[in-house]
Parts: sequence; structure tokens; C-alpha cells
Amino acid sequence: MEWEVVIGLETHAQLKTKTKIFSGASTAYGSEPNTQACEVSTALPGVLPVLNKEAVECAIKFGLAIDADVPKLSVFSRKNYFYPDLPKGYQISQFELPVVGKGEVTIQVPATKKQPAYEKVIGITRAHLEEDAGKSVHGAVEGMSGIDLNRAGTPLLEIVTEPDMRSSAEAVAYAKKLHALVRWIDICDGNMQEGSFRCDVNVSVRPKGTTELGTRREIKNLNSFKFMQQAIAYETQWQIETLEDGGKIEQATVLFNPSTGETRAMRSKEEANDYRYFPDPDLLPLEVTEADKARVKAGMPELPLAMKARFGSEYALSSYDSSSLTSSREVADYFESVIHAGGDAKLAANWVMGGITAKLNVEDKSIVDSPIDAGTLAKLVKRISDGTISNNAGKQVFEAMWSGGSDIDAIIEGKGLKQVSDSGAIEAMVDEVLAANQSMVEEYKAGKQKAFNALVGQTMKASKGKANPAQVNQILKKKLDT
Amino acid sequence: MINQSLKQLSQMLANKEVSSVEMTQTFLDRILKYNPDINAYITQDKDKSLAQAKAADDSIAAGTATPLTGIPIAQKDIFCAKGWRTTCGSKMLETFIAPYDANVITQFNNAGSVNLGKTNMDEFAMGSSNETSYFGGVNNPWDLERVPGGSSGGSAVAVAARLCAAATGTDTGGSIRQPAALCGFTGLKPTYGLVSRYGMIAFASSLDQAGPMAKSAEDCAMMMNVMAGFDERDSTSLNHPKEDYTSRLNQPLAGLKVGLPKEYFAEGLDAGVAKVIDEAIAEYKKLGAEFVDISLPNASLSIPVYYVLAPAEASTNLSRYDGVRYGHRAAEYDDLMGMYMKSRAEGFGDEVKRRILIGTYVLSAGYYDAYYLKAQQIRRLIAQDFTEAYKKCDIIMGPTVPSTAFKIGEKTDDPVAMYLQDIYTIAANLAGLPGISIPAGFSNGLPVGLQIIGNYFDEARMLNAGHAYQQVTDWHTAMPKGIA
Repeated sequence: MEWEVVIGLETHAQLKTKTKIFSGASTAYGSEPNTQACEVSTALPGVLPVLNKEAVECAIKFGLAIDADVPKLSVFSRKNYFYPDLPKGYQISQFELPVVGKGEVTIQVPATKKQPAYEKVIGITRAHLEEDAGKSVHGAVEGMSGIDLNRAGTPLLEIVTEPDMRSSAEAVAYAKKLHALVRWIDICDGNMQEGSFRCDVNVSVRPKGTTELGTRREIKNLNSFKFMQQAIAYETQWQIETLEDGGKIEQATVLFNPSTGETRAMRSKEEANDYRYFPDPDLLPLEVTEADKARVKAGMPELPLAMKARFGSEYALSSYDSSSLTSSREVADYFESVIHAGGDAKLAANWVMGGITAKLNVEDKSIVDSPIDAGTLAKLVKRISDGTISNNAGKQVFEAMWSGGSDIDAIIEGKGLKQVSDSGAIEAMVDEVLAANQSMVEEYKAGKQKAFNALVGQTMKASKGKANPAQVNQILKKKLDT
Repeated sequence: MINQSLKQLSQMLANKEVSSVEMTQTFLDRILKYNPDINAYITQDKDKSLAQAKAADDSIAAGTATPLTGIPIAQKDIFCAKGWRTTCGSKMLETFIAPYDANVITQFNNAGSVNLGKTNMDEFAMGSSNETSYFGGVNNPWDLERVPGGSSGGSAVAVAARLCAAATGTDTGGSIRQPAALCGFTGLKPTYGLVSRYGMIAFASSLDQAGPMAKSAEDCAMMMNVMAGFDERDSTSLNHPKEDYTSRLNQPLAGLKVGLPKEYFAEGLDAGVAKVIDEAIAEYKKLGAEFVDISLPNASLSIPVYYVLAPAEASTNLSRYDGVRYGHRAAEYDDLMGMYMKSRAEGFGDEVKRRILIGTYVLSAGYYDAYYLKAQQIRRLIAQDFTEAYKKCDIIMGPTVPSTAFKIGEKTDDPVAMYLQDIYTIAANLAGLPGISIPAGFSNGLPVGLQIIGNYFDEARMLNAGHAYQQVTDWHTAMPKGIA
């Protein structure tokens, strides 16, 4: 039987606010335990939460960025459970009425050997604000467990998707896209090692062609894209094998072990809590007016969706190209810098998505670390578009510049890559070729287009590849047609 | 001195007839003498009190005093006060020293008042007789065998027995007004959100409200001037402009429209209490008030609604008492779950456990809609009843409590009978309205309280009504015998 995997993600993005979501304590990472645990963070008797406006603005930004409904009212609820790192015995979260409603994110799934690259729209079910818990620290004192409440109350935006993904590649593409987006709108630093961006992945499988969802297992707290890919691949295979062996999938929460590459159940559904959600009486419903949204919007950078549309209309790029170039703020900024430095848009797009991206992937670098800056790439693009060098010669120049060459003209000169664009010289070469290939001229005149291409080839050969192909075409055509 | 009004005490201090240190010492001496009989205070710290008094005297000498500077105030042990043990009447917090000040405490500190000590109360404010306190019951000074009411029982007897100049209380379902009625003094529960809840240990967050407990409406007005005010640390605090609650005290009552809800004079009201209330109404007629009959058709649902909502909120408000960071932790336990269970089983009393259980139940999956949600809907209907009523009248009047103070132990085995103590007071909490209880006379030698429920932010009008009445009656000056 052929199986289909169904994947949905819940992502916790830690919001880049200076202070906690319900108190004035700092959110800085890595301080001495409990030095950022104020009376609210430690849940002393009598303390009350006050909502951090900055966190709300982050949520609104996200809602606007994914073109989602940001309702006028949302409600904070208490999620009740006991755990030592949860000081109040409840987490303030949002349940029935979240701050961000339905929206969507368009992902770009890279090409593989089996299929070309494609785009896909992933539905966002909701995004809600909540507070993070503290941390249990084991072993700091012999035989004791300690609690560090520095992180307790750090603002999180939990972003939940529809079960729209059908492969680990799609899930990773979504996670990467979301990661880029929250950094783009500057609401999260995206630091996965420090836990600022963590993903829970719901995985189920079903026979291909059926529509009913299988029983899902939730892989908790994945903190790298690589682990996510591995965990989903393992989990999918495990579920398929279990079912094929006649077993049943039990709903469960599982953990991924990076050293074994395996997932393992930590608790089953039967042990699940009844969280007794109810509206927190210490907080008023959160009101977001149209004016609030307009104000937040005015302070936001151009959003990926708008930029994508603009790239399409302004630079005549395809939807896929525009999406790729707006996959992250850094890539988009780089691309536009090339254009502003005088580079042709289509050529610039090809170089950014092609040569640059390929090199960066190989070297596992971000575009901000590219040895070729936007201004330099613009020069290269200009040399190609003005006919100084051919596109193929450009690749050699690019390699030389990637390895540290800085003077583009010296490189072109040194490698002898300059195209012959002197029309007199080309005309002379064309005349020679025509004289030497009378039979082809006859064939062309008899209507065979192939003969023309052969004559172009002969001329290029005669120029040792340096003649400007466009000029060769033009001159040949002129001479043959008159 | 102990019978003087706050205004008079303030003048005595200003005129240097007495120093704050002397005044404080006078009350400390009375506490030493009478507290063993009535158990009003849980915690005292004479050094701290006298140091505050000394600072107040300096401030008076420097001419920077405010009306309550140097006045000794008793603070309900529900307010966190920095460096003071703050127990909320519970074993759970028996050793908890608050590291910060509640907003109410800050306001009194800023005013230069003296904190005389922390008063006894029902555990986590859950009770109507002060019998659930871990620190022992409180005795009503009018009859030591009777309860003072609750939950602010300690503050109540401290005011009634003149063991303070005035006191603070909190009122979730009647915890200021019911003991005020049972002990014969004036107690005001303000509009919800008028006094900050920051640092006031939560029982039921959407109902809890702090207010003054004092000898007269005028004293309550002076206390309100200190207590009320917007606080950005409490999201439910209302940004209402600062008022001078004494400014309208002397307005004539002519033309005041008073609504009498028929539901508050129906079956269940003690005849002796009814008689006292009728006499008070007659007095108000003489003062020029006009009476209209009104109805609060959903009032009878107040108690069931309250006993769903308050325990629901309490059950999660009290989750923080888990033995992890502060408060009682069992001496021995096997694992984490064992620590939670033993610590909470040992640290909480029966009534608190009962309400946590009820609250947990009504919020549970499958019961939430039938209980919590339904109760919230009815709560809105109860509030609407008042909105309708205030189209016909300015204030609403009736008894505070259906009967007078009952015997200690009389209702401890019958929670529902105990809950009925608050039948006339709870609706104001559910609607968020202000309510005041004013001494209106005696039935069989025990005090009876007249309740006035006002519209939102109408405290000044209610205090005016109380003050006018206290100008022509002297029930509020009556003092229990044996405590002279």
C-alpha cells in the first residue's frame, strides 16, 4: 500500500520584547538563575499580570504579515496544571479567542532529483500569545532539583498550522519560511539554539487517496531544521511500519533523540491533563482596533507578500522567482541592492538564486556572509548585460571573485574573457565564414533556419568564443537577408 | 480618644494635643489588654508601628502631614506588607514574610498612617464567621460567644472594640459589609476596580474588592481618599478620576430616590432585623428621601452563581501554593506529586479545600458549560437587574444580613446555612457595584446593619446618605460593654 504523511506544525516564537509579557522583568538570555525573577515571575501572593503592549504589537505584526484576521477582541485564559517550573500553577495563554485568526504562508519547496521545485500555500489556523514557563535545573546542588524562573513569563507567539504538509521537505520549507518571516518583521530573533524558535510537529499517516486523518503523534521541541527533517522521516517510517505490521498508532507526545535519530513516546494521551481553561479574571479582554493595526502597519517594513508582488510587476519576475527572492529579508535586501547598483533585474535574480545560493548552501553560509557583496555582483551583472563578457565567461569571473578576487576588470583581462564587440572585426569574421560556407548560405536562403544557427556557430568558433553572440546574430542576418 | 472620629484624631495630631506615638501606644495597650478576648490581630510588630508613628510625628512637625498621617490603622492580613508576616489566615502562609507592599499598604504608607498590625480573617477570605482562620476564631465584642462575621472578622472587631482608629477589609461576597453589620460599624465595599488589588491576596479575582471599615461614613470617606485610585499594576483597576469622598458628605438628602427591592424584604429576613430596617427607612423619610418599590428578579440566583464563580477562580488562584517557592511544604514526601499533595493537604483548611474542589469541578471538561458558563450568563442578568433598577432610583436600600450575629459553631457543619449569610450582599459583588453597611440599631442587643447599594462610582452619594443618617442617629457611636 502507498502511504501519505500528514503534517501540521505548532511553533513557539519567543517575542523580541525587552520585558516579560506580564511584568517588567528583563527577558535577556543567559543570566544567573533567578536574577530576572521579580515578584510576578515568582508568583508571590497578591501579584497581578499586566499585559506588555510590545508583545501585542508583535502579534499584530505577525497577523498583518500573513494577511490574517486580527479580531477586535481576544481573550487571555488560564491553562491550569501543576509543574515546578510553572509558578502560578497555571499558564496564561489564549484559548477560544486568539489574537490572530486564520491566515496563510506560501512556501517554496526546493527541487529534488524526483521533482522540480514548487510552491504551496500552508494554512495558518491561529496564532496566540502566551507566557513561557521557567526551567528545572537538576544537579546544580547534589541530590536536589532547582528552579530557574528567569524564563518564566517570557512572551511567546504560538503559531499553529492546518495539517497541510505532505512531506518532511514541506514541513522544513514551512519552518524555514516562518523562521525567515518572524525575523523579517523583527518580532523574534530566531535563535534556535537558545530556544527562541521551537517547533512541535504533528505527524500522522494514512493510505494514499483517503481523506480521513490518521492518529497523530506530536514530536516536541525540535530546535533545528535538520533534526526536524530527521525526526519526521523516522517518525513517518515508524508509523508506516507499525501499521503494516498490524499495529495501531496511539496518540502520544514523542521526543526526538538526535544521537540515535529516533523518536520515543514520553506520555500517552490517557495521561493528558484536563487544563480547565477559563478566561483569566485578572486581565481584561484584549482590544485591537483598526487604528492600532494601522499604526503597527505604518511602522512595519515592506512585507514579503507585498514585496513579492512588487518584484513581479517591477522586475517582471516569475512568481517562483519573486517568492525565492523574498524568502528572507536578507536575500531580498541583497537582491535589491544589486539592482540599485545598476544590475539588470532578470540577470541579478538568476545570479542570486543560482550561483550565490548554490555557493552559500555548499559553504553553509548566510547571504550576509557572502564574499561577493551586492555592489560587486552588480558589476558582474553589468559586464554581462553590456556585452563585455558572455554569461558563460561570467561564471569564471564569479568563481574568481568568490575566491577573493576583487577587481572584476583585472580578472576579465587576466583571463582573456572580454567579448569582441567591435562590429568591424565581427563583420570581417562573418565575411570569412560566409565565403567559406557557401553551401550553408544556399541552404539558409532555401528556408532552412538550422543553417543560420550553424553559421552563428562557425563565427563564434572563428572568434574563439569571444565574439558577442547578439552582434554575430545581427550582422549575419543583415548580410544574409540583403 | 479611642472614640474620636478620624477627623478629630487628625486635628488632635495637628494641634499637638497628642503625638502619633502616644496615640499608637494607646491602641497598642488596648490590643494587649483586649486582644486575648477577641483575637482580632494575627501579627503585630510594635517596633515597626512605633517607628511609623515617630516618622509621622516628624512629618506633622515638618508640616508635611496629610489627613491620615499618624493615624493607627489595622490592616487585614490579606494585604502584603513588606517585612510583615502575611498569612491570609492560612497555615499555608504561616511563615510567609511579604517582600513587597500591596498597593493599599503603599497608599497608607504614603499618607503617613501607622500600621498597627495584621488582622485575623477567614482562611483566604473564605467564610462568613471568621471560623475558618488557621489562627483561631474571632469573638464578637457585643457577645463574645458569637461570631463577628467574616471574612474580615479581625478588622471588624478591631474597629468595634476600638483596637484601631480604622481598618481595611476586603469584600468578595460581603466580607466587609456583613461583619460591619454584625459588629455595628460602617463598612464600604467600593465599585469593583476603584481600589487596586495589587498585593491583595486573591480569592476570587473578579469579585474581590478592598474597602474601609470604620466607625462612621465620614471616616470611611477619609479612608477612601487614601485607598481609591488608578494603579497600572492592576489591569482591572479603573482609570476613574481621583475624588474627594468627603466633599458631598453634608449635602441634604431631599429628593434622594431610594429603591427598596422586594426580594430583600421577603421570606428569610429575621423579624427583629426587619423592624430595625423599617425604622431606618422612616428616619430617611424624615431626611427627605423618597422611596420607590423596585425588583431585582434574579437576586435569588446570587448565591448559587457566586458559589460557582468564586470557587472556580479560587481553585486556580490558590494553585500557586504548591510548596515549591514559599509557603508550607510537607516535611516528608516521596516524590513531586507527593510533595504537592501533602503540602496542600496540610496547608489548607477544610473550607478552602471544599472550594478548591468545587471550583475544579465546575471548570472541568464536560461541566464547564453547565456550571461556569451558565453562571457567567446569570451574572450578567443580575447586573442588568440593577441597571434597570437605577432607572427608577438613585440608591438601593435594605438589610445587610438577614439576621444578627450567630453563635460560634452554630453553622460550621452546615456550609449552605453559612453561605446564606451573604444573600443580600453578594449581588453587589457580582454586578461590581458599591455597597455600604451602616449601623441602624439593635435586635436583642445585637447590632443590625442597613445596606445601601449604589450605582457605579456613586460612593460619594452613598457616604452622603450614611453621613446624613449618622447626624440624626447615634447607633454608630454605640460601643460594646466590657471594652471601655
